[in-house]
Amino acid sequence: MIKVNGEEHPWRQGLNIAQLLKEKNYVYHAIIVRINEKFVPPEEYDVSVIKDGDNVEAIHLITGG
Amino acid sequence: MKIYLNEKHIKAEKGAKVAELVKEHKPGAEVCVLNGFPCLMEHTVEEGDRLVLIKKGEVPSKNELEHLLSARHTPGIAEKLKKACVGVAGCGGLGSTAAIALARAGVGRLVIADYDVVEPSNLNRQQYFVYQIGLPKVEALKEVIKKANPFVKVESHHLRIVPENVESLFGRCDVIIEAFDMADQKQMLVETALTTLTKTPIVIGSGMAGYGANDLLRTRRTGNLYICGDERSEAGPGFGLMAPRVGMAACMQANQALEILLGPDPRIDPSLDSSPTRRGK
Repeated sequence: MIKVNGEEHPWRQGLNIAQLLKEKNYVYHAIIVRINEKFVPPEEYDVSVIKDGDNVEAIHLITGG
Repeated sequence: MKIYLNEKHIKAEKGAKVAELVKEHKPGAEVCVLNGFPCLMEHTVEEGDRLVLIKKGEVPSKNELEHLLSARHTPGIAEKLKKACVGVAGCGGLGSTAAIALARAGVGRLVIADYDVVEPSNLNRQQYFVYQIGLPKVEALKEVIKKANPFVKVESHHLRIVPENVESLFGRCDVIIEAFDMADQKQMLVETALTTLTKTPIVIGSGMAGYGANDLLRTRRTGNLYICGDERSEAGPGFGLMAPRVGMAACMQANQALEILLGPDPRIDPSLDSSPTRRGK
C-alpha cells in the first residue's frame, strides 16, 4: 500500500509515476510530483519506480492568480 | 522604572498612569496603544511596557513613523520581520495583494518580479489604480507599497521569470511566494525552486477562481511546500477571477510566510477552547 495525496492506494512491484498518474486519472497539465517529499522531474515519471509504503504527492498547480 | 514610549526608553514613576505620561510627553494624544493593543487613559503602566501615543492628524517625523506603524503588532514581532526577506514571483492578483500585506506587516525586504504592465482587466482584483495603467506592475506595486510603508526595501525586477534567473532573483529570500496566474508558469517556478533552491520554503497559490465557498480555501503543507487555495477552481473561459477570493488566497500566502518567518503564533493555540474568539458561536 502507498499513500497518494493522503489517500491509500494499492501498490504493485514496478509501479512508476507515469502509471500511477494514469490510474488516479491525474490528467491536469501542471502537476508537481514528490515521493517522500523528494521532487521527481516529469522526464523521470516513466523510470521513477515507487516502493511499497511510499508517500506520493501530486500537487496540482491550478491556473488563476 | 523604565518603559518604551514611542520606542524611546524613558523613566516613569512606578504606578504611573497613561494619562500622566500623555500630559508629560505627548499632550493632546488620543490614541494610546499599550503592548500592541489600545488602552484607556486610566491604565497603569508597568516596567518594560511598550506604550505608543499618537496625536490624530499629526504627521510624525520619519524616525518616529517607523515605530508608530507597528504599534498594533505584538511586541518583538516588528524587529524580527524587519530582518526578513520575502520573494514575490509575479505581481498580479496574488502577488500585489500578498506583497502589500507583507509590507504593512513590516517585512524588511521584498523582492518583486513581473514582466507585465498594468492594464484595465487587472483592476478587478489586483491592487493597482486607474492612473497606473501602462506602468510596469513592479513599478506600480513599489509605488503603492512605499505609500503604505516607506521603510520596506523593495527590490523590483521588470522581467520575465525563467528557470535561468530564479536562483539569482530569489536565492537570498527567506521565503518565496509563487504568485503567477498561469499553471505552466507556476510549474516552472516550483520545479526550478525545488531543484536549485532546495532549502527555501515556497508558498504556492493554487485554485481560487470564482466567488464564495470560503471554507474550501485552505493551506496544506508538504515539506517546505505550502499550497494555499482550494486546489480545484481553475480560472478559464466562463470562470473568472475576483478580488475577494484571489485576495483571500493571497493573504493566506502572506500569512503563511509570516508563520514561516516567525514560527507559529503562540497566542493562537487550537487547544485553548476557552479563548473568547473560539467560544463564540
